[in-house]
Amino acid sequence: MAALDAKTPQGPIAEKWTNHKNSINLVSPANKRLIDVIVVGTGLAGGSAAATLAELGYNVKAFCFQDSPRRAHSIAAQGGINAAKNYQGDGDSTYRLFYDTVKGGDYRSREENVYRLAEVSTNIIDQCVAQGVPFARDYGGLLDNRSFGGVLVSRTFYAKGQTGQQLLLGAYSAMNRQIGRGKIKMYSRHEMLDLVKVDGKARGIITRNLVSGKIERHAAHAVVIASGGYGNLFYLSTNAMGSNVTAAWKIHKQGAYFANPCFTQIHPTCIPVSGDHQSKLTLMSESLRNDGRIWVPKNKEDAQAIREGRLKPTDLTEKDRDYYLERRYPAFGNLVPRDVASRAAKERCDEGYGVNKTGEAVFLDFADAVVRYGKEKAHVKGFDENDTALVQKLGKEIIKAKYGNLFQMYEKIVDQNPYETPMMIYPAVHYTMGGVWVDYNLMTTIPGCFAIGEANFSDHGANRLGASALMQGLADGYFVLPYTIGDYLADDIRTGPISTDSSEFEAAEQRVQAQIDAFINNKGTKTVDYFHRKLGKIIWNKCGMSRNEKELKEAMKEVKALREEFYKDVFVPGKADSFNEPLAKALRVADFLELGELFAKDALERTESCGGHFREESQTPEGEALRDDANFAFVSAWEYNGEPSDAKLHKEALNYENIELKTRSYK
Amino acid sequence: MGVTLSSTILRKVAMALSGIFLMVFLLQHFVINITSVFSAAIFNQFSHFMGTNPIVQFLLQPILIFGVIFHFVMGFVLDIQNKRARGTRYAIYKGSANSSWVSRNMLTSGATVLAFLALHFYDFWVPEMNYKYVEVLPEDPTRYYEELVHKFEDVTRVVLYVISFFFLALHLTHGFSSSFQSMGFNNKYTPAVKSFGKLYAIGIPFGFAFIAIFHFLNH
Amino acid sequence: MKLILKIWRQENATAKGSMHTYSLDNVSPDMSFLEMMDVLNEQLMEQGIDPVAFDHDCREGICGSCSMFINGEAHGPDRLITTCQLHMRKFKDGDTIHIEPFRAKPFPVIKDLVVDRTAFDRIQHAGGFVSVNTSGNTQDANAIPIEKADADKAFDAAICIGCGACVATCKNASAMLFVSAKVSQYALLPQGQVEATDRVLNMVKQMDDEGFGNCTNTGACEVECPKGISLENIARMNREYLSANVKG
Repeated sequence: MAALDAKTPQGPIAEKWTNHKNSINLVSPANKRLIDVIVVGTGLAGGSAAATLAELGYNVKAFCFQDSPRRAHSIAAQGGINAAKNYQGDGDSTYRLFYDTVKGGDYRSREENVYRLAEVSTNIIDQCVAQGVPFARDYGGLLDNRSFGGVLVSRTFYAKGQTGQQLLLGAYSAMNRQIGRGKIKMYSRHEMLDLVKVDGKARGIITRNLVSGKIERHAAHAVVIASGGYGNLFYLSTNAMGSNVTAAWKIHKQGAYFANPCFTQIHPTCIPVSGDHQSKLTLMSESLRNDGRIWVPKNKEDAQAIREGRLKPTDLTEKDRDYYLERRYPAFGNLVPRDVASRAAKERCDEGYGVNKTGEAVFLDFADAVVRYGKEKAHVKGFDENDTALVQKLGKEIIKAKYGNLFQMYEKIVDQNPYETPMMIYPAVHYTMGGVWVDYNLMTTIPGCFAIGEANFSDHGANRLGASALMQGLADGYFVLPYTIGDYLADDIRTGPISTDSSEFEAAEQRVQAQIDAFINNKGTKTVDYFHRKLGKIIWNKCGMSRNEKELKEAMKEVKALREEFYKDVFVPGKADSFNEPLAKALRVADFLELGELFAKDALERTESCGGHFREESQTPEGEALRDDANFAFVSAWEYNGEPSDAKLHKEALNYENIELKTRSYK
Repeated sequence: MGVTLSSTILRKVAMALSGIFLMVFLLQHFVINITSVFSAAIFNQFSHFMGTNPIVQFLLQPILIFGVIFHFVMGFVLDIQNKRARGTRYAIYKGSANSSWVSRNMLTSGATVLAFLALHFYDFWVPEMNYKYVEVLPEDPTRYYEELVHKFEDVTRVVLYVISFFFLALHLTHGFSSSFQSMGFNNKYTPAVKSFGKLYAIGIPFGFAFIAIFHFLNH
Repeated sequence: MKLILKIWRQENATAKGSMHTYSLDNVSPDMSFLEMMDVLNEQLMEQGIDPVAFDHDCREGICGSCSMFINGEAHGPDRLITTCQLHMRKFKDGDTIHIEPFRAKPFPVIKDLVVDRTAFDRIQHAGGFVSVNTSGNTQDANAIPIEKADADKAFDAAICIGCGACVATCKNASAMLFVSAKVSQYALLPQGQVEATDRVLNMVKQMDDEGFGNCTNTGACEVECPKGISLENIARMNREYLSANVKG
């Protein structure tokens, strides 16, 4: 087992990033023109990186599988983005954001990376405002903030429930400017299907044009993977239908280590599953927990009656309700971190207190907030605070102004009016903290191959705090990678253009072609979705919110068996050289079927509980997660070795010099 | 038209401006005509002025004719361009779900008004031009009222006129507020503009119809 | 529920397309429209028929990928939603549903219900941005207070998802609502002022070059827009455009 070197800079933590920037190699403006960079993925990380690299002078080729970079799934992020601006004067600081993020991640992230993230967070807000991102403002015209789970300050900037959209469109606009100038060449509806290495360095990629089916070779001096997370491993998740692990997995197979695959975030507030036809799950922003109170009935009989439709939630009085988060975690209440909130919901539902037909839902109730806001407004306006109807009306108006789009979304899907009856929610897979292992420069273990945003593993440890994903994506893309990549590319100024005629490109293209031909010619009987659904069930049931040795071992076997069946019996209709969605899906699911096994293996190996990873064998008497710092304060980085089950473990030790490792408590 | 009206926005602004110009003319036309209901003398006086004043005859009249032709030609050009922008047609297109019939059928209502104009020119403008500039008959300041009343003795003509005024009303219902929107006017006064537009769109054609029917019944 | 589906099938951009009829059983009212399409495709594949291609991704109404013209309306009969948010409870047992691609000359069909909307991207390349480099040293975000009303209006314009429903539904295939939303967002913010003149001229020129139709103010776009983008934005763009032309 080799130790991994993250190449973190020396010195006090607050100075590391500045010192590092001052000491790394630079590429002169004249030489940047001679260097090509490929960016795969155009979400917050990829889009911002492509734009910034192009601004700096590099020739960028950007790829996305969607029809436009604007459709990357960052667009669906709702709640907000953290930044240590301390505009509210509530004592926020870079250190606090750093501390909260490390603690929120249950002490499984790299200190130096997180500190850097907190440090550049303020630049992100400045940059986005300068780009014309319309953040929410208060009546004084200044930026407004709200609070998110796991923290005690208000540092989240937002644009109603569409923060991700606005930030992505900001990055997209920056890209547009560079596309217009010819510095970015945009390839939409293209999927990366392999990485090409020449002399051990990443020198290009093989893509499939999703419209024509043409296999193409693209060369560059460096390749940046910004292809997002792998939540769709679970089939049902809040990810977009097309989100996939393929780019990240293909570089893993070429030598990039894959870190902490089992660290997955199950988001506590999603709309529950309604039936077998379900294709995806919809998130209800965490910001709702600012005002919504989560509860289940105190008595099982009442829960039963609600499930059967004999009782309405609004019929239950306060004393018959169990606000279990407020009960268990008085300090943070409904705003505990996501992993804690999710597990608590599962615990209640497993005990038989679930409130929808399937018994897998809890209530998120805004009745109190409506009254509180209504009274406040009535008071301000000088109306009668005891006029119930008026208070209800005013309160609902305020709730609508804050969360209108989310409430509308809920109503369309569930067909219930959340202003009148509490929402039903249940945890769902949302984000993957694990990903490609990268060093401090965000470079993978393949020289010249970088990974940014959700695709890498670096900043969130075992659990991500709300509103931190947008922060990380943009930090990596705007402010970190564009500088650190220069350190690597400085050696490439004399390389000249990379040819796509080399034997390495030929071999990579043949690998891709062979896989496609195999699918098209396979005379199977089952659709790709059949396998994907089945894989999702295995992972959700056995590697979901709580895990144990027996089931993890079963999961590994079952995934392997399913993979074998997949190659034997999958049916892919149509032709390879045309628009063929089932084929594109098959290529993605093939990689999920490998990742799934490594995922279970990683979870099996880590016998402690931490963050989103809960091992039933490792818990306190009260059922809280029990970390094992003596044995597991490290990053698991897996090296591909033929079969996922044969992957070789490398450990990066996590040293905490600035934060004391403590048991995470939100009580 | 080619170079200066090369953009979609300039074309629609031109459409709006010519439309507003025609609406102002319509108002003026109406004010003169309505006097015929009250007093033959006043009507004759106005008509004589309009018919003989050189500024009206040789400056405003050509501008008006240009305005009319421009508005119509542009309307047809835009419609052809718009049809072309769609390409393949929809099998099912439910316009009624999201827009008013009048807004979608300005070409139909406009073409009806155009047909009416042909009749109207044939009825009044052609004889007038003939009287003044072809046969060069001596000017009689009191002839106008008689000519007007004479025209509306025919029931067919009155019916055709009334139908045309109905289509004119439809055209104006959308045209009035639309011209403001096209010129970039959409603010807190817009509801008031819309209400006034409705009043104008219904009031003016109704008034014209009233004049025609009034003379028909009184002859 | 049992449904009759009449769907536009077209092999590729150059092939000739036509409407095909399929019948589908066991549709649950809780399904989204796209989930119903998934079920149809599974059925078609079992029958050895090529599945219907359609664009979709986030399935929560924000990415703007889905783009079906359902029973004569963009994104179907419901309001303020995209096709992926449309649920089958809006239809009745035995209904016949016509499904066509978004149609416009600048949106050529790629396959079946999938159309090429890169014309929208090209309009954005022409000026849909503020020219500010990523230095991290721009002035503090709170240096310029922005009146809340303006910030809110800018936001209301900025939430456009670029789905193209406005073009699809407009009888003239005009893209004014889309372009005006972007122009308005920047026109309402101080950050966008510097390049306001060039922006509106360039974006409108690109819009015209792509071959979109002329706006005739029917207002259909505003009604069918899944995000409720207001016609006010078109008026604002007209103003911006006129004053830009005056300034030259």
